[in-house]
Amino acid sequence: MDLQIYKYTKVINMKEWKKFLIILAVFLGCFWMPIEKARFTNAIFESLALVKWYAREHVLLCLVPAFFIAGAISVFVNQASVIKYFGAKTNKILSYGVASISGAILAVCSCTVLPLFSGIYKRGAGLGPAIAFLYSGPAINVLAIIMTARILGWQLGLARAIGAILFSIIIGLLMHFIFLKEERKRHENGEFPSEEKKETRSLIKNMIYFFSMVAILVFANWAKPQIENIGLWFLIFRYKWTITGFFLIFLILIIIRWFKKTELKEWALTTWAFAKQILPLLFAGIIVAGFLLGRPGKEGLIPSKFVETLVGGNSFFANFFASVVGAFMYFATLTEVPILQGLIGSGMGKGPALALLLSGPALSLPSMLVIRSILGTKKTIIYVSLVIIMSTITGILFGWWIK
Amino acid sequence: MKIEILGVGCPKCKALTANVEKAVKELGIEAEIVKVTEISKITDYGVMITPALVINGEVKSAGKVLNVEEIKGFFK
Repeated sequence: MDLQIYKYTKVINMKEWKKFLIILAVFLGCFWMPIEKARFTNAIFESLALVKWYAREHVLLCLVPAFFIAGAISVFVNQASVIKYFGAKTNKILSYGVASISGAILAVCSCTVLPLFSGIYKRGAGLGPAIAFLYSGPAINVLAIIMTARILGWQLGLARAIGAILFSIIIGLLMHFIFLKEERKRHENGEFPSEEKKETRSLIKNMIYFFSMVAILVFANWAKPQIENIGLWFLIFRYKWTITGFFLIFLILIIIRWFKKTELKEWALTTWAFAKQILPLLFAGIIVAGFLLGRPGKEGLIPSKFVETLVGGNSFFANFFASVVGAFMYFATLTEVPILQGLIGSGMGKGPALALLLSGPALSLPSMLVIRSILGTKKTIIYVSLVIIMSTITGILFGWWIK
Repeated sequence: MKIEILGVGCPKCKALTANVEKAVKELGIEAEIVKVTEISKITDYGVMITPALVINGEVKSAGKVLNVEEIKGFFK
């Protein structure tokens, strides 16, 4: 009994100490806050300017439709229909293929990635497909691809998606062959039955529905052509609001005719849940990125020279450094985008940027610890090393190609 | 009765927990509600997509935030 009380007071003391240290740190920060320094005040200005730019340019036309699409995927796409491809007796090629692309459907919520990874590894198709899913999932989720393409340019968005798919298969296969002996011994005990959900709409109807949503997103964000005002690209730009409006009306008609009220409510609630989950994190990410790195072409707290020396150009070191930092750092959903925007604006090369995009969202120190609890230390270290090596190589190739 | 909610702590899992608590309260059932967050345990149940609802050791639903009425259906 005494021991219990002793333990209890100890816990309380720890908490109080922690609070005290936090208050002390904040106080010291305020005490010596360098508001006289131009660099510091400028960084605050940059931070707010970046937030304003995002609010004006990206929230209404890009983020809001993207949330609706992500919500629709998680409500209306039958996730169980994908899972059957991860069973132990499924054709291995099929397993790898589905694992590498299914993140687009399954990884819209962080709830799905780790349990599914653990399930595929322990009861289903095995280490290779599990790793392929784990790696590609976070990188090809729809929200991440849309934001990357919109803010960092379509080349990086596309390279990110393709890179993630290809390398997830390669890393999965490498892991499989490195641990081939263990894989053979592992008892395979799982067919994953798919619960057949009764579809309320035909596949065609669902596809038209998703297509019109994507069309709204694409045409509302159609960029002004940079070179000359002729050709199809410009024609579409000129009438983009007419086209967007057409698809919007079309979508509203679809919703009225083909959907039940309860379904729409679920869709709205899921979309709202995504927005609630992601917006605060993204907001914080933009504030921090703007404060430290400034808008493109401007400087925040960190001098551009510093960024340029570390990750400028396309050297081996720049790519390797970006991969390692990306692998260990934790990026909350989508925050990698403003951070990379700041880094690129400060002189980071496109190659290292891709390297960071490929190693960053897939891995972080906290996720490594969870993965370690499933795979064990040895496999985790090899997996992390493979991700870093692959990201470095891809970064170098991309940087070399885009020049 | 033992009700387990499997999930790694995402918003959907919290939503399901809240609905389960509401359903239990409204029906006035004696039940112990346990949150299972360990991935290895979730896998042992054969659950791939969280949140999942387990009642007396039997998986009733996976990958869906059930509403209060749907949860009540399992107790009848």
